[in-house]
Formats: sequence, structure tokens, C-alpha cells
Amino acid sequence: MSAEAALSHPAPHRDDVASRMGMWIFLLTELFLFGGIFVAYAAYRALHREAFHHAGAELDAVLGVANTAVLLTSSLTVALGVHAFRRGRDREAPCWLGLTVLLAFAFLVVKGIEWVTKYQHGLFPGQPRLGGLPAGERLFFGLYFAATGLHALHVVAGAVLLGVTCALVARGRVRPDAPSVLENAGIYWHLVDTIWIVILPLFYLAA
Amino acid sequence: MTRWIFSTDHKRIAILYLVTQAAFFVTAMTIGVFMRIEQLTMGRTIMGAATYNALFTVHGVVMIFLVVIPGLMVSFGNFLLPLMIGARDVAFPRLNLLSWWFYLAGAVIVLASLFTGGGPPDTGWTFYVPFSLRTHTNVPLAVFGVFVGGFSSILTGINFITTIHRLRAPGMGFHNMPLFVWSVYATGWVQVIVTPVLGVTLLLVILDRVAGLPIFNPDNGGDPLLYQHLFWLYSHPAVYVMILPAMGAISEIIPTFARRTIFGYRFIAFSSMAIAAIGGLVWAHHMFTSGMSDLSVAAFSLLTFLVAVPSAIKVFNWVSTLYKGSIQLSAALLYALGFVFLFGIGGLTGLMQGALAVNVQVHDTYFIVGHFHYVIFGGTGFAFFAALHYWFPKMFGRLVDEGRAKLAFVLVFVGFNVFYFTMLLIGAEGMPRRYYDHLPQFHAGHVVASLGAFLMVAGLLLLLHNLGRAVRRGAVAPANPWGGVTLEWATSSPPPPENFAVIPAVPEKPYAFPREVQP
Repeated sequence: MSAEAALSHPAPHRDDVASRMGMWIFLLTELFLFGGIFVAYAAYRALHREAFHHAGAELDAVLGVANTAVLLTSSLTVALGVHAFRRGRDREAPCWLGLTVLLAFAFLVVKGIEWVTKYQHGLFPGQPRLGGLPAGERLFFGLYFAATGLHALHVVAGAVLLGVTCALVARGRVRPDAPSVLENAGIYWHLVDTIWIVILPLFYLAA
Repeated sequence: MTRWIFSTDHKRIAILYLVTQAAFFVTAMTIGVFMRIEQLTMGRTIMGAATYNALFTVHGVVMIFLVVIPGLMVSFGNFLLPLMIGARDVAFPRLNLLSWWFYLAGAVIVLASLFTGGGPPDTGWTFYVPFSLRTHTNVPLAVFGVFVGGFSSILTGINFITTIHRLRAPGMGFHNMPLFVWSVYATGWVQVIVTPVLGVTLLLVILDRVAGLPIFNPDNGGDPLLYQHLFWLYSHPAVYVMILPAMGAISEIIPTFARRTIFGYRFIAFSSMAIAAIGGLVWAHHMFTSGMSDLSVAAFSLLTFLVAVPSAIKVFNWVSTLYKGSIQLSAALLYALGFVFLFGIGGLTGLMQGALAVNVQVHDTYFIVGHFHYVIFGGTGFAFFAALHYWFPKMFGRLVDEGRAKLAFVLVFVGFNVFYFTMLLIGAEGMPRRYYDHLPQFHAGHVVASLGAFLMVAGLLLLLHNLGRAVRRGAVAPANPWGGVTLEWATSSPPPPENFAVIPAVPEKPYAFPREVQP
């Protein structure tokens, strides 16, 4: 038997367990990515307890909690989407995924409003008011922009991922017996949600 | 060309890495030669302080982030992992190719940083704040290049861990995998756990430089020590990313040329995992003189002594494997023995620095530079050369000229010791690192070190020339030129696409050499 003949595999290699395992390990790396910021937060908060308390009062806890509700709902919709797809309700799944993308967009709009308000209040890096604050408060806002900014990037990435998956599902390109693309997009979205649940109390509820 | 740079075949990707790593190695080595020329005389020889600062930074950044952190993991890991476990490729071949592209993109960005903005960074490879925030050189772009390269590291780690879990041939359990595979497994976990920490730290430095985000800058109340902690939280385990696959390669080479089963298989396998685990807890031993509390200094000193134990276990096991073996002194084994000797010196000088009183004396001297090069060049570098000579016939289907390879070994080994041992000596006497100039009492030492360096470089050029020559004109290699018993020798040299026509039977015990069975 020639080497060439031996190569003609009828079906391309596919391993859903491997895809899922790879995704879970990737999620672990994401946790460590944000972990760096959380470690910095822990160190600086220990040094500047009072200042973190004061600076936290500048954040709008109502907007923060509202956004949490938006994200938690989006985790529900993506889960319903995956569930519908597993049950073979192919037409329903893209609707749920599309709704999730809309909620992600809503989250980003609220986040944008918050950041614009911070800018108007002179709290952006480089603005004079921030420079005049005590050191601990400056660090708080530094960490706030780093954490929420990095998280917002993940929301964008997750929304794009879900958008692409939604299109694939709508066109019937995801086979019912191999839903790992969809499932991976789903668990990635849950991670984005989970990280937000840590960010909320650290910053918005610090006061 | 496009059949190479867009190939998802793990063997081609391995060779892509190998070629790019070799190019960066020669680049950084050349920079090193310029530094040694500068130290030949007192005062200004060929450059001033600013240029020298840029050169040791670029030498460090290129060697660390583009050569040894990818190290044996990306080149030999890619080539051998699927072969050794009897698989046709890695779990995610396209992701594997993407990893190489990330690596290349990171490298291009790092190199671009040398010629753009404020010129090459002059912070040292550690990018310590606050200097990295104040210098006008092109730190942000260089740091961004390292950040992009980090994706390559993370994705490779994920890919290899998943491959080992999912694609082992029937009959290959965790306890009869080749030891190189064990070391790749341990390395993969270190990569996925610590690389993101470096990623976010570097990102924060970039944001501070570009947007003035208050995090590390002491002008904003930031704490430079926090940067050091986060940096070493990655960069110390990164040393194990460099050395673990190297140790794995040595564990393959020594049994083959001793014609004897490896001594203490499980101890070597588990010591890889132990190194990965304890290695994550020793980072602050880089910061003993930085003003941490006495308690944390003592704790990190203790952990540093502990992490030496699994490394020592490996060294004893390798030596015991050779005992009463039927030794064939090939070039590959010579480099492997060189590794054991040099890594021994590197490890022991490392313990000296783990001792707190000695550390204060030798901190920021040539002793550190010498120690580091013993571990990383004498360790990872020599293991890389050993692996190159051992697996070259498998990778390229050609045999390397053994005579020249051995001559090159002698030159590199002698030059290496003259060079770096002298560094240890003048360092112990107080020669500080990172100065373009030196005081009269260190002059003789510097001249000797430079001459050793030139001898070593001559040997390295001969080594590279010999390998380059063998690619084109070496004798055609048989499938199994060394009588190895791991699965990569069960297929042709070089292996066909998808590696095995039929997945080979997995031996019940690894490293069972035929002669051993006979009375």
C-alpha cells in the first residue's frame, strides 16, 4: 500500500471533546488575564482602602447593576439558543443568538454612556481633575478603565463570535451531531458574563 | 514557499519555527559579539553607553522571547509530539499554523520597534517600571510585539495539552508516554497559566505609556514593585517553559545512546510536573534586594531551594541511566552530556543566589549573567543542539557529519566555559551587569571572557554550517539511524504526510531496548 493511498481518509478528523477541552483551557487563560488586574486591585485596595471607597462613589451603581441584568439575560438567551439547537429547533436557535448579540450591543451602549460621563467629569487619564485626585483614587480609576475596557473588548469579541455562529446556524452550516462551534461560542459568552460578575462588586459596589 | 507558510502539517510548522528561531538566534548572537568587542578594552571601544544599553536589551528580548521561550516546545514539540504518541497531527492543525503566524507577527513588531519611534528600547529585557515609562525609546511597540507573541505561546500550550489528552495511539497511557511528551505536557500547562499574566501586565504598561493610565507609575501613586511581581510571576515560570522541553529531549537522547532503559521513569515524569507546580511559586527570588518584607523574602528563598529538588532528581536519573550502559558517544550524546554538566553548574549557582546573604552580594552582577547563561544557554541551548543532532535525520532525512559536529562541540563547550565561568568569577568580585565599561581590576577577566566568546561563536558557526550542509549534501538517513525505540523511529525519515501509513503498535514499556531483554 503506498503512502498516498493510505492517506485517503473518507472523513476529515473531527473530535468534539477536543474542541471543548481546548475551549475550556482557553477560558482558563482568560481568567488569568483578568487575574492580573484583580491582583493589582487587591494590592492597591489594601494600600488605599479609604480612597477606593471614595472613588467608588463616583461610579453609577444603578447603571452597573442594570448592565449586569442585561448580561445575565444574554447568558440565558445564548443558553436557550444552544438548547433549541440541540433539540433540533433549527429556526429558533438563530433568533436566540441574534437576541444575545443585541443584548451585547445594549451592554456596550450603557458602557459607552458611563465612559462619556466619566470624560465629562474629567476622570479620564490625562484630564486635570484625575491628576489632582489622591493617589489611591487615581489608581482606582486606572484599574476601572483597564478592567472595564478589557472586558468591553471581550464583549465585542464574544458578540462577533456569536454573530458569526448565528449566521452559520441560520445557513445550516452547523451539523446537529457536531454542535461544538455553537457550544464553544456559548461557553465563551458565559465566561464574559462571569468576569463581569467579579468586576461589578469590585468597582461599582466599592463605595 | 506558500506550501510551507500555509501548511498545517505539524512537521512543516516545526521546521518553519526552527528556521525562524535560527535566524533570530544568529541575530541576537551577533549583537552579543558586538557587546563582547566593546568589553575588550576599557572606556569606549566601538560604542557608547546608550548603544550598549540598546544592544543588551535587544539581545535579551530577541533571545528570550523569540528564541528560547518558544524553544524546543515549538520546533521539536511540534515535530515530535504527534509522532511520539502515534498520531497523525496535533489536535488543532489550523490553530497550530495560526500560532506560528502570531509568533512571526510578534517578532516582526519587536524588530520594527528597533528602527521606529524613539529607537530601540534600552530598559533591559525586563521592561522594569518606572524607567520603561520614562525612557523615550520605543518601549510600547517592543512590548506590544512580546504581547502578540504571547498568543503563540498560549495557543501552542492549549493545542499540545489537548493533543496529549485526545490523540494518543491505542495502548499509550500516560505511564508509557515518552518522557519528552511528559515534559511538553508540563510545559503546556505552565504556558497557559502564566502567559496571560504577562499579557495583561504588558498591556497595562502600554496603556500607561500611550494613554497615561495610572497603574504602575509612581507619579500616580503606582507601585513599581507590583510590576516586578506580575512580571516575574510570568517570567520565572517562563524559565521552566525554556528548560522543561530541553530536559525532555535529554531524557530521550541518553537512553538511546546508552542502549539502556531510562532510570526512574516515573520520577522523571513527575518531576516535570513538580517543577511546573513549584516553579510557579518562586518568582520573587528575583526581587530579594527590592525591599520586600523579610518574611516573604525568607519564604521565597525556601521555595527556591525546593524547586531545585526535582531538577536534581532528573540529573541523578540521567547519570544513573548511563551507568553500565553500552555508550555510543555520538555528537548528540556529547551535547546532551554537555547539557548535564553545564546545567549542573547553572543549577548550583542558582542555589547560591537563592541563599539570601549571597544574593545581596551577587545581585545585578555578572554572576547573575553567568548563571543565567549556564542554565539557559548551557541548558536549553545545548539541549537544543543535542536534539538537532539526534532528530536531524528524522526531520530532514539526511545524516549530519559526525566529525565536524564533534569538533564544533569541543569549540562551543570550551569557549562557553571560558566565557561564562569568567563571568561568574568577575561577577562574584563585583562586576556589575549592564555597563558598557569596566574598572581596571576586571579588565583581564573581560578580555578572557571575550576571547572565550569568540571561540564559542566560531564553534556555533561551524555547527550551523555543518547542519546547513547536511540538509543539502548529507548522506541519506535510514528510518532509524540510532536504534531508538520511541514511535518517531517507526516511520520513514522524513515521515510522510500524516506520519504513519498504519498507526504502529505501542510498546508496553517505554525505552525497552532489544539488547536488554537478552541475557
